[in-house]
Amino acid sequence: MLERISQIVDEAKAAVGAATTSAELEELRIKWLGRKAELPNILRGVKDLDPSERGPAGKAANQARVELEGAIDTKMASFAGAELELRLVEDAVDITLPAHPQQFPGGLHLLTQTMREIEDVFLGLGYGIAEGPEVELVAYNFDALNHAPHHPARSPSDTFYVGDSVLLRTHTSPVQVRTMLVTPPPLYVIAPGRVYRRDDDATHTPQFHQIEGLAVDEGISLADLKGTLLAFAKAIFGDEREIRLRPHFFPFTEPSVEVDVSCFACNEGVSNGERCGLCKGTAWIEILGAGMVDPNVFASVAGEQPAYDPEKVQGFAFGLGIERIAMLKHSVPDLRLLYDNDIRFLEQFA
Amino acid sequence: MKVPLSLLLEFCDPGLSAEEISSVLALSGTEVERVTRLGVEDSSNFVVGVVLTADQHPDADRLKVCSVDVGAPEPATIVCGAPNVDAGQTVAVALPGAVMPGGMTIKKAKLRGVESSGMICAEDELGLGKGHQGILVLPNTAGPAGRPLGEVLPLDETVLELEITPNRPDCLGVYGVARELHAATGAELKPAPWERDLGSGGDLDGIQVSVEDSDQCPIFTARIYEGLSAAVTPPAIAAHLTAAGMRPISPVVDITNYVMLVIGEPLHAFDLDKIEGGLTVRPAVAGETVATLDGEDRTLIEGETIIADVGGPTSIAGVMGGARSEVGWETTRVLLEAATWHGPSINRTSARLGLRSEASGRFEKGLAPVLASRGQAFASQLFEQIYGVTPVAGTVAIGAVGEATTVKLSHHKVNSLMGSQLTAERISAPLERLGFTVALDGDEFSVGVPLDRLDVTRDVDVIEEIARIDGLEKLEATIPTSGAGGGRLTRDQRIRRQVQDALVSAGCFEAAGWSFCAPGLSDRLRLAADDPRRNAITLVNPMSSEESILRTTLLGSLLDSAARNAARGASAIRLFETGPVYLPSEDGLSDEPQRFGAVLCGPATQPDWRNASPDDVDVHGAIGVIGGVLDSLHCQWKIVPATEPEPFLHPGRSGVIEIAGRPAGWVGDLHPLVSAEWGLDGGVAFEVDLDAVISASPEVLHYWAVSAHPMVGQDLAVVVDAGVSAAELIEIAEEVGSPELESVVVFDIYRGEQLGENAVSVGLRFVFRADDRTLTEEEASAVRQRILDALQDRKGAQSRG
Ligand SMILES: [Zn+2]
Repeated sequence: MLERISQIVDEAKAAVGAATTSAELEELRIKWLGRKAELPNILRGVKDLDPSERGPAGKAANQARVELEGAIDTKMASFAGAELELRLVEDAVDITLPAHPQQFPGGLHLLTQTMREIEDVFLGLGYGIAEGPEVELVAYNFDALNHAPHHPARSPSDTFYVGDSVLLRTHTSPVQVRTMLVTPPPLYVIAPGRVYRRDDDATHTPQFHQIEGLAVDEGISLADLKGTLLAFAKAIFGDEREIRLRPHFFPFTEPSVEVDVSCFACNEGVSNGERCGLCKGTAWIEILGAGMVDPNVFASVAGEQPAYDPEKVQGFAFGLGIERIAMLKHSVPDLRLLYDNDIRFLEQFA
Repeated sequence: MKVPLSLLLEFCDPGLSAEEISSVLALSGTEVERVTRLGVEDSSNFVVGVVLTADQHPDADRLKVCSVDVGAPEPATIVCGAPNVDAGQTVAVALPGAVMPGGMTIKKAKLRGVESSGMICAEDELGLGKGHQGILVLPNTAGPAGRPLGEVLPLDETVLELEITPNRPDCLGVYGVARELHAATGAELKPAPWERDLGSGGDLDGIQVSVEDSDQCPIFTARIYEGLSAAVTPPAIAAHLTAAGMRPISPVVDITNYVMLVIGEPLHAFDLDKIEGGLTVRPAVAGETVATLDGEDRTLIEGETIIADVGGPTSIAGVMGGARSEVGWETTRVLLEAATWHGPSINRTSARLGLRSEASGRFEKGLAPVLASRGQAFASQLFEQIYGVTPVAGTVAIGAVGEATTVKLSHHKVNSLMGSQLTAERISAPLERLGFTVALDGDEFSVGVPLDRLDVTRDVDVIEEIARIDGLEKLEATIPTSGAGGGRLTRDQRIRRQVQDALVSAGCFEAAGWSFCAPGLSDRLRLAADDPRRNAITLVNPMSSEESILRTTLLGSLLDSAARNAARGASAIRLFETGPVYLPSEDGLSDEPQRFGAVLCGPATQPDWRNASPDDVDVHGAIGVIGGVLDSLHCQWKIVPATEPEPFLHPGRSGVIEIAGRPAGWVGDLHPLVSAEWGLDGGVAFEVDLDAVISASPEVLHYWAVSAHPMVGQDLAVVVDAGVSAAELIEIAEEVGSPELESVVVFDIYRGEQLGENAVSVGLRFVFRADDRTLTEEEASAVRQRILDALQDRKGAQSRG
């Protein structure tokens, strides 16, 4: 009996050693250790043996089974690693194929991106964001902003009217007026939004977007305006930018200035040996209008909000066109592209 | 305004180039739009010629053979192709050797067999402008023949085109610009041209003038010049006028234009012998007519200011003179008017008549009355220079020049407003150079304002003068020190950004739409006659009827943009917009609720290598986009069938978006007729009220305990009548499944013959879980049974097992 067991072990181990696939091993496991195999039969028959033989035979048969199972498992493990490798190679896919399902691209409009970028600069400088109606009273759009009764901007050839005293706002300045009426100084606020003027040509659309800013506080000065706009210009157009102020005229500010930013496409007006097309060779690009709030503007709100006594408060205001900033910064050649909503345009800035 | 540089330098020459002068002017507040060089490199060989004969070329229909006196012993034969050349004309001739602006040298040459010794020039050929209608015909006074052309035309000139801001009409004359240049550079300013007056005050015999409305005519002055005989405009004056864009016409007219060019005051000359009786400045009566200098008959409207004599209107005040009293070569007696007018009225009249002139452009700015007497004084010098006559004694002067004003200015305020530390000297120097007087008393300056600076009335106006002349580049760049601390978005603004971002995440591009739309949009959207969205705000003066109302829905411009993209071959179109719509409100203004909306067309997912032809996006795809937005903001929402479907949506494939239990928008497949109207293939759309989202989105999210115990998943398929909505089943399940039911979703919808025509099988997948213990399968099955019973009771649902 013991001989037979050791014989089985030898034969089985030889077969296991010769096996080349895990499937073969599985067959061997059934052949040598399965229900109908000899070794399990011996084990089952141990109880029928003579008591003196039971101990050694049972022990030997059990040892043999353990030994065989171990041999098969070891061999099986060695196959599993190799076969997994093989299977992984067979499972390879073309990793360069696009994702599935492929996400639709999406993006904010360039105007919104530019607006947010500018808003964030002024949020960082401590400004709030104020909004107001687009269908506005003449009183807020012109009267309170020191436009003379016959100011040409009031003319129906320049401004859209809804009624005698109601118009589509021509700037977001009326939001500043409305804000002052309900908020005493110190006031630091920007007013972004849609505005309307009766212009329709290569460089004007009847609807466009503005951000205007207002700071009213003790001792606010023209130098503060300069520093604030310098910080803005650097944030939007790059840290190397400088600005310059040119005197100008606006009804609601005095003194008034136009502000140029140093050109970011050239060196002193020259780009690749040619006159720079962006700044027309001047090295400066006009980006906005600004100035110190005209005392008449404060006077127009001081009746309801006496803290804006024109004798006591000072402030600056500025206004810029979002379209212009976006076009300059992103080299968009034609204003119409911003309102055409061609997906091929939109996805360039997504 | 066009300023000939050589004329500017006559009054102030800082020794700078044209470019440097432009820069100085720009940085002190006078914008230079353009610097143009006129004329030719070398003006030798350009002469004045007189055409003696102009005959048809024997071999060329379009050419003429001219004999031209060029000051040489023999006339030159010149072949000319211009249609307007004629005998007797005084013309500009380029003789052989002349170098044209393009670099071509004129040579003797045979033209169709006739030798031509030079060229008769057109305006553009001399670098003087764009005119090429024919040759440039000079006034006969430009001669004599042979005179160097550079003496009568600006052949070597630089022109600065200035943009004068509306508050500075004092700079609408070259001398005013010279004063700016002087103030900015310190270079010497020559005495003002009006300082010498050859006329006298007192009563003027020979004309009666009355002014009925002094508001319309703050000042009216007139002088008389008699004994005028043939005379010639000095060539330098003619050249300067030409360079400034005004053609020399006759000495009298040239005098008026030259005074306007130099000091900014337009003058008008009447032939005194053609005035019947006296002159009255008065409002026109509606329907009165006047034949103006341009040969047109103009009909006036009530209240427009005219100058009339007994024969009726002779001139439209400040806008254009009348033909009846026009000066001509035969004129010997001139009445010279120098007045100022109410700017806005001039603006209205000139705009109405389409008569925009150098004069009206100045008057509409509201000129200072002092300019009238200055104009008369300078003109008197020119009459003497050209005609050798001085004015008849006396001057008509109706109206007042006005008092010189003084502005008090605190030293502290200057530095406080500018953010500077200017000394008293640095404050007064720029003012004095600009012609202000300055006296200092303690901390306070008394600043005397020049009579032509009507724009300066307050301390801040004076501070502007100091700031711009002292130099804004010298200002420090500081940031306000206190800071307001309000630097954050409001909740509304933050949520609006989140909505936009969520729509982007859902694969949509933001479009920039128009607030304007066409009234016809309502019909194209099939809105009912009583649909409130037809009630739009209407513009009084739209750009066009297509842009005459304000939008009451975002859908119109989204569809327009989608249609453009579709026409250009785009297959997947997913556009959204956030922004207001404009709804008329009772106070005459508008309610401007913010909305977000989208139009989606094309495949529901990107076609790819697994699925090259995905289904087109449908209403459920749109709901997915909306759900992504609303879920990201933790809003309670659901879609419910509409009792009255939107007319622009598929009635069976659309619904109402309810947020926090209230209707807040619509979603659906586009109605096939609407898709077709915009040339779209199918498509879905939605529009949602942003305020509903803002109020439904919780301000703060609070933690709720998650169960540590395992879930039990079970499915249930029920057959219900097709009219029962999935939402109804889910609502019942949620109600009776509580508290063990954690979630329920629809995982299958099936319709088939064996169910019967009007039935649908709905597969529900439940997740059951208990907070405090491990739920057993048996407990879960009991809850499932509870749900099934309720569905059977209330909706007649039958279990499919
Ligand atoms: Zn540049």
